[in-house]
Amino acid sequence: MADHTTGPSPASGAQTTGHVWDDDLQEFNNPLPAWWTYGFYVTILFALVYWVWYPSWPVGAGFMTGIGKVTYVNAQGEEESWHWNTRAKLLAETQEASALQKPYFDRIASLPYEQVTQDPELNSFVVSAGKALFSENCAACHQAGGQGKVGFFPNLTDDDWLYGGSFERIHASIAQGRRGYMPPYGEAMSAAQLDELAHYVVSLSGAAQVDAAKAAKGKELFNSHAGACYYCHGDDGKGRQDIGSANLTDQVWLWANVPAAEGDAAKLDAVRKVIASGLDKGVMPAWQGRLSAEQIRLLTLYVHELGGGK
Amino acid sequence: MLKNFKHEKVETNAGVLLVLTMLAISAGGLVEIAPLFFIKDTMENVPGVRPYTPLEQRGRDIYIREGCYTCHSQMIRPFRDEQLRYGHYSLAAESKYDHPFQWGSKRTGPDLARVGGKYSNEWHVQHMIQPKSVVPESVMPNYPWLMSPLDYADIGDRMRALRVTGVPYSANQEEYQRNVEKFGADVAKTLHIPDARNILVAQAQEGNFDGDRASVTEMDALVAYLQVLGTMVDFSKIKPEDLVKYR
Repeated sequence: MADHTTGPSPASGAQTTGHVWDDDLQEFNNPLPAWWTYGFYVTILFALVYWVWYPSWPVGAGFMTGIGKVTYVNAQGEEESWHWNTRAKLLAETQEASALQKPYFDRIASLPYEQVTQDPELNSFVVSAGKALFSENCAACHQAGGQGKVGFFPNLTDDDWLYGGSFERIHASIAQGRRGYMPPYGEAMSAAQLDELAHYVVSLSGAAQVDAAKAAKGKELFNSHAGACYYCHGDDGKGRQDIGSANLTDQVWLWANVPAAEGDAAKLDAVRKVIASGLDKGVMPAWQGRLSAEQIRLLTLYVHELGGGK
Repeated sequence: MLKNFKHEKVETNAGVLLVLTMLAISAGGLVEIAPLFFIKDTMENVPGVRPYTPLEQRGRDIYIREGCYTCHSQMIRPFRDEQLRYGHYSLAAESKYDHPFQWGSKRTGPDLARVGGKYSNEWHVQHMIQPKSVVPESVMPNYPWLMSPLDYADIGDRMRALRVTGVPYSANQEEYQRNVEKFGADVAKTLHIPDARNILVAQAQEGNFDGDRASVTEMDALVAYLQVLGTMVDFSKIKPEDLVKYR
């Protein structure tokens, strides 16, 4: 900046700031474009309106609340207004939206489950609203289509239900949650006994070719006081839905990944491992409290339909 | 004086430029942040919020160590879409013992402010070891090393540090009694620094968060922390319009 002369640039006639570099490099001092200047004034005007309408300036231990109001319905069912804020706005919007869904939910709540499934309009509501609820809350474990995951989470699309597939049982499972338990037999039984039990359990569903003699011994153990498997799984091995013990006679496996095990030996081994280590998992969270009663009812209908009804 | 004011004076004087820049920048903070410390309704008066137990707090430290906050926020904003997906909007009171808070503004994964109780412990364990095995479309990395033993030797120091920031962990009988009055005896016991290690081990064994009662792992701590997120306030006992009036 050798020179500090201001005034119009000799080349273009425009006003300059007077800064000159390298002999003739000058900084122009053109006015801002009019659209920009007026735009700037408009933002100032907007701020003034904002200050008056919305909560704005802090004052002491409070703040200017603004004259804008939001009206919603309070717990007593009365209309109530409060100065504009996002929480009030959310409450009003939520109430507005649930008013739109209310006719459907009311009908679903007033009709028995069976009748809801026979009403095409309600059924399509269940499928669309239920799918959204299922995707957000259930799919993390039971997977997007309800197919579950062998070794972790039960399949909801087959007709095998640990805790029962009636509307009432599904509702109870969702609302109150479930907790699976099977005691470990690894220490209580010898390796030979575990092997015999595995043979018998696998033979129940015919999942693999097994040694009939070993299976017979396993059966004895299964129904004996020492093994006591029949306490929970029943002497026919079909399980009890009141306590959630598995049906061992069908082709559906949850904990022992028998279908994926290649070869009879591997299938037996998968079952043997579960008998030895037992199960202290199979926890389904309780959704009461997290989801509303009507949402749980909707999910009950949706899950029931996944399994094709029962 | 203003008549003689020239931009050049600011532009050619680094000291003046620095002071004026700092003033301009702090105006935003002074107007938007500082008043919140004086407005009496900033913090909602709701029951149930307590400091984290030693195990949960250790889990929280692991959450921060692993950088979970780079993809997960813990702040459900009061919008309908967020409320439908994540649950009740977050209250200021719910993070009053969080130092530092984990609100965040970047969501590659979902918000976790109310993840507590949503999934079972075994889901969390499996999901942490290999997220894609339970959520096929997930882009979350695997964290298998969380199954390693938890170092909790310094849990007392960690709690003492938080105590300096105002978290009411008790260091002596007098403070313990104050916690009993404030939170009840059951909670107060878990906040007592001299017993911290025993409390931590007991909670890990009883809760069995990682599916293995024998050892206390980092997974125990992290899952214990995740399972308490957003569960302290019972919203069924609070009228929605009461929370409206805190804003």
